[in-house]
Amino acid sequence: MTDTTNDILLLSFGAFAILLGLTFLGEALRSRQSINNPNPVIDTYMTRVRSWWAMVAFIGIAMLLGKLGVTLLFAFASFAALREFLTLTTKARADHMSLALGFFVLLPLQYIFVAFEWSGLYSLMIPVYAFLMLPIVSALRGNADRFLIRVAETQWGLMIAVYCVSHVPALMNLDIYANGDRSVLLVTFLVMVVQLGDLLEYFFGRRFGRTRIAPGLSPKTWEGVAFGVASAMLIGALLNWITPFGVLGAMGMAGIASLVGMFGNLVFAAIKRDRGVKDWSHLIPGQGGFVDQLDSVIFAAPIFYHLTRYFWVG
Amino acid sequence: MKPIIATLRRLAAGIVGQFLLLLVRFLTAVRADWKGIEPIPRQRVYFANHTSNGDMPMIWASLPPAIRRNVRPVAAADYWLKNKLRAFVGPEVFNCVLVDRRPEVKDKPMDKIVAALKEGSSLIIFPEGNRNMTDDPLLPFKAGLYNMGLAMPDVDLVPTWVANLNEIMPKGEVIPLPLICTVTFGAPMHVQDGESKDDFLRRAEQALVALKPVVRS
Repeated sequence: MTDTTNDILLLSFGAFAILLGLTFLGEALRSRQSINNPNPVIDTYMTRVRSWWAMVAFIGIAMLLGKLGVTLLFAFASFAALREFLTLTTKARADHMSLALGFFVLLPLQYIFVAFEWSGLYSLMIPVYAFLMLPIVSALRGNADRFLIRVAETQWGLMIAVYCVSHVPALMNLDIYANGDRSVLLVTFLVMVVQLGDLLEYFFGRRFGRTRIAPGLSPKTWEGVAFGVASAMLIGALLNWITPFGVLGAMGMAGIASLVGMFGNLVFAAIKRDRGVKDWSHLIPGQGGFVDQLDSVIFAAPIFYHLTRYFWVG
Repeated sequence: MKPIIATLRRLAAGIVGQFLLLLVRFLTAVRADWKGIEPIPRQRVYFANHTSNGDMPMIWASLPPAIRRNVRPVAAADYWLKNKLRAFVGPEVFNCVLVDRRPEVKDKPMDKIVAALKEGSSLIIFPEGNRNMTDDPLLPFKAGLYNMGLAMPDVDLVPTWVANLNEIMPKGEVIPLPLICTVTFGAPMHVQDGESKDDFLRRAEQALVALKPVVRS
């Protein structure tokens, strides 16, 4: 067994131990509330923890399968996210071909480029080539009705659900270590600090939060975000041994990723509010859709990728 | 030999059914929205809008297994008996009630439908009669739904709106888009005492169109 495999197993068991703790905490709080007056915050928290169990299992298995496993897992997450996003965007029959290209050509290509470590292509294909080519494909069908809205929303969907999500497995391509297989742990680091920060932000924000950040959009409070980012930094420091960042660097990276992720969550709340939906879909029990689950990781991933590249790739 | 072949065919139908379920779920992540009723196994006639050949499999896949087992889609015999594969999938996988709409046949569609209801099956029907290729949300309903309501007054008639299939597979396109399809079930209806055929059909049309999701864009 290699060191990396050891570390993955250790982290998985660590994550299971944390989930066990979180599950017990929720059950303890639940047992104290009265049956006639159930507390929705605790119920939401518990369903979140429950689908977290499944996610940790999936990510753990993908990691043990190595780079290909993680890339495939996020390719499927991308597909689910793109479907949720494009279901809600403005489109016309004239966009049928460009949307089909998004699902069946651009998405697979993006992950093939990630798998083969062609960083030039996966960094440029969607922001440059898709950005210019897809509107041409739509325009050729000759329907001008709400044209800019249609192409802009399609491009947004591809940027979010394909480009941003693909930067999670792309972390494994960063040439930091002498033996390459350790960079799979950067994925663990990013997902763990962002998602645990979110979980703690949610829980403490609901309990102690006072000042809402954007009252029209989301119940997020400054107190909750401050606490969430602080906990993410602490978790980052504790996990610094799986990164090349060092203790302070790991705290900084965790803090930035978590902060960007939380504001990303706010952006998605604005989109959902605009489209009049509560969740992106129904695919994850108690959680809504893949985009609901991944929103903060989606926002944090490209920034985390580029900061790591800028500061730690020689 | 005969009973063995029958068992094998049933087994094959079950496997093909599961495969179709997975396919539909992968392609459209179909979702049931139970707005007006609960998903319980009561005898019902689900009447739905019809824009694509995917409508029936979509409703079928969105039902919970216990309800799906007892549901029989009413479908055109000329379509489902065209070749051997369809003749297997239609009657055996989907358990369709096949009706022949040509006026010269003796076997009247309504007799077969009422017989299926008398056996206790629930049904899926498309009361517009044909696929709706217009920009209107619905074509005027045919009388069948009213006649079912008269013949079986205790059966719930449930309006069922299939959304997004137009965008998933518009007419004339070859590649389906894997967008999310939503099937919305409304409040059950019955033919009221003394209600005329036209009044009831207009009321049913309105109840169905009212389920169409409003998309803001």
